[in-house]
Amino acid sequence: MNTSTKTLVLACAFGLASGVAFAQGECSMGKTVTDGVLTIATGNPAYFPWVIDDNPASGQGFEAAVAYSLAEHMGFSNDQVAWTRTTFDQAIQPGAKNYDLNMQQYSITEERKQTIDFSAPYYTAAAAVLVRQPTLDAGASATLDSLKALKWGAGAGTTAGSLIASLIGPDSQTLLYDDNADVTEALKAGQIDAALLDLPSALFTAAVLLDDGAVLGQFAPDASGDLDQFGAVMEKDSALKPCVDAALAEMAADGSLAGIEEEWLQGATGVPVIE
Amino acid sequence: MSDDTDSDITKPAAEAAGFTIAQRQEREKRLRRRANMIATFSTIAVVLAIIVLVPLAPGWEKVQRSFFNGEVFLKTFPTLVKAFMLDIAIFAWSAPIIAVWALVVALARDARSPALFPLRLFATIYNDVFRGVPVILIVYLIGFGIPGLGLPRPWNSPYIWGSVALVLSYSAYVAEVYRTGIESIHESQRSAAKSLGLSHWDTMRYVILPQAIRRVIPANMNSLISLQKDVALLSFIGPVELLRQAGVFKSLYANFTPYLGASLLFLAVTIPATRLADRMIAKQNRERS
Amino acid sequence: MTLKLELKEVYKSFGALKVCRGISMTVDKGQMICLIGASGSGKSTLLRCINLLEEVDGGQILLDGQDITDPSLDPLPFRRRIGLVFQSFNLFPHMTVMENVMLAPRRVHKPPKAQLIAETTQLFERFGLADRMKYYPDQLSGGQQQRVAIIRALAMKPEIMLFDEVTSALDPELVGEVLDVLRQLKSEGMTMILATHEMGFAREAADKICFLDQGIIVEAGPPQQIFDAPKQDRTREFLSRVL
Repeated sequence: MNTSTKTLVLACAFGLASGVAFAQGECSMGKTVTDGVLTIATGNPAYFPWVIDDNPASGQGFEAAVAYSLAEHMGFSNDQVAWTRTTFDQAIQPGAKNYDLNMQQYSITEERKQTIDFSAPYYTAAAAVLVRQPTLDAGASATLDSLKALKWGAGAGTTAGSLIASLIGPDSQTLLYDDNADVTEALKAGQIDAALLDLPSALFTAAVLLDDGAVLGQFAPDASGDLDQFGAVMEKDSALKPCVDAALAEMAADGSLAGIEEEWLQGATGVPVIE
Repeated sequence: MSDDTDSDITKPAAEAAGFTIAQRQEREKRLRRRANMIATFSTIAVVLAIIVLVPLAPGWEKVQRSFFNGEVFLKTFPTLVKAFMLDIAIFAWSAPIIAVWALVVALARDARSPALFPLRLFATIYNDVFRGVPVILIVYLIGFGIPGLGLPRPWNSPYIWGSVALVLSYSAYVAEVYRTGIESIHESQRSAAKSLGLSHWDTMRYVILPQAIRRVIPANMNSLISLQKDVALLSFIGPVELLRQAGVFKSLYANFTPYLGASLLFLAVTIPATRLADRMIAKQNRERS
Repeated sequence: MTLKLELKEVYKSFGALKVCRGISMTVDKGQMICLIGASGSGKSTLLRCINLLEEVDGGQILLDGQDITDPSLDPLPFRRRIGLVFQSFNLFPHMTVMENVMLAPRRVHKPPKAQLIAETTQLFERFGLADRMKYYPDQLSGGQQQRVAIIRALAMKPEIMLFDEVTSALDPELVGEVLDVLRQLKSEGMTMILATHEMGFAREAADKICFLDQGIIVEAGPPQQIFDAPKQDRTREFLSRVL
């Protein structure tokens, strides 16, 4: 059996399996960029544990798995999902979009809602403090006083910068970087003592990217007054939003969202909570 | 038709035709005024056309909300001004160091004695490398790389190594400008100084450099203007200066208006500087002719 | 008469171009020698060789009996004993003429400041330019600039002065004031070598005339002999063209 026949057979199988889903897929009919295809954007590159090996089409990783589950609940089969890549700027620029949904750990804020639409949240992130062993050796601890004295860094495109200011209020100016890779580099160079990341990213960075990384502690998800929640970004006044929200509500109700979280975002237990 | 002929007319002919000098001047003034008026009107017309036509574009409302959002502008601009002070500070301490270091490199490249060949070779390689690699890469490599060797704080500061990166990169360009200036000084000046018994270094210091440096000031003004803009590249290694602050606001508000504010701040410095450089170049051209 | 400068078989080429092809001559103390000859005959190059601005390819130049072309010797001290004035003045345009004159003595002899200023002022007075000291070169006439250039060379207290067609770049009405300076210097006993096209002046003022053609001295002798009874055809031919 050659490859194309294989694909055909698989496609038929999927078609049969998702027969029920097609019935409720009416909602998104004609509202996607390409008819009958759900185009989802992710970052370039996409980072662990959100997407494994920068390959979202594998469905491996939290956001990749959420994306396929979401598509299924909206009535799209797996091969009706197309992936594309965008930067944050491309996600928010006005004009026609080349994606239906953009998932790369976008925090939902009121200000951002003025320009773009967010789906209902698919993850509630705790902010975590990433440090290296020398900082621990120097006596840093998970208390606010100790944290204030550290030199802080964060990704500029994230809400971490303002969280550092409101939750910690450090003594010295926070340094900001393009992405988490540069934040990690600054930690290695000793230019910053600590970085504020979402907990899964912090755990991954500490375990994999740094030789001597450690997660010092986490803030309770609602510590900032607002929950730091990730939502999929859509064009302002997107017609697709009700369909996405309905599907996400369904995923929460039938436990599939919790299941994906459990599968991909493990290991958060045991990190002390900073009061 | 008569316009053309009497503007070309020679003086005796003009007198013969009954023109006095006062009449001519009056005429020229009128023509100038008319030219100014045409320029003003056409400018207003173009600006009006842009103001009226662009909003008719279908996407205008969204563009306006994203790029020309008054509310976001007012909220972010004061912080942007504060962040810009950091750009100005970095510029203020980098520029003089560049001026001096570039001169050292230029002199090294100009070294004529065979014993100084290694120096000349070093300067040549330096220039090739730092002019050949984009400034942003130098900023990354030096800004993260050298502190990564294990320097203790405060010597691993991104402000220091970012500035070093700018200095190294820009000095390569400015050194070339200096060298052009040095080479533009006529050989006879060197001969005159030598014939008086001045040493090579004294000749350079008192005769060649004062003339060469003065001659390349306009060209170096242009380097300074691009330095003023490239200072923003330091944001990639941490410092929250204007570009980064604007980027943070952009992310926070999902809105590009802060970039507009940042552009205005850069323009507020670079436009006067550019005009000044143009004026100096024009003045120099006049003097030379 | 004491021998001041002696050239022995001086050779100089630029690439394939042989500019000096074995030039020998002697200059006594206080003598004025005029080098005449067509453009390109090697007069300027010879002067630049004597001032060590050009390295000779062969031969010797003896100053008070010492070979100054010896490559193992530092040329700077010799240059300071030999002044050179250029056709195009070559003043430093970014300094006042007073600063032009003071630069080299200040850097080389390092006299006390008051003494330097006094000596410089004296020089300007001697050549009638005291009221122009604070001017920049481009504020002076060509004749005045060339006089400043002469003053600048004299400020180093040279033992010999070389003049490379110093009137050629001047308007005719300005030539006289520069020639007057040369006469004054001669009367004060300065040893001088001139490359010049001013035949009248050469005839009147020179102690010896050397006629150069294609890098060699074709004929040398007192002015009367060279101008009135040249022995060589080439000399005669040249003079018939320029006189």
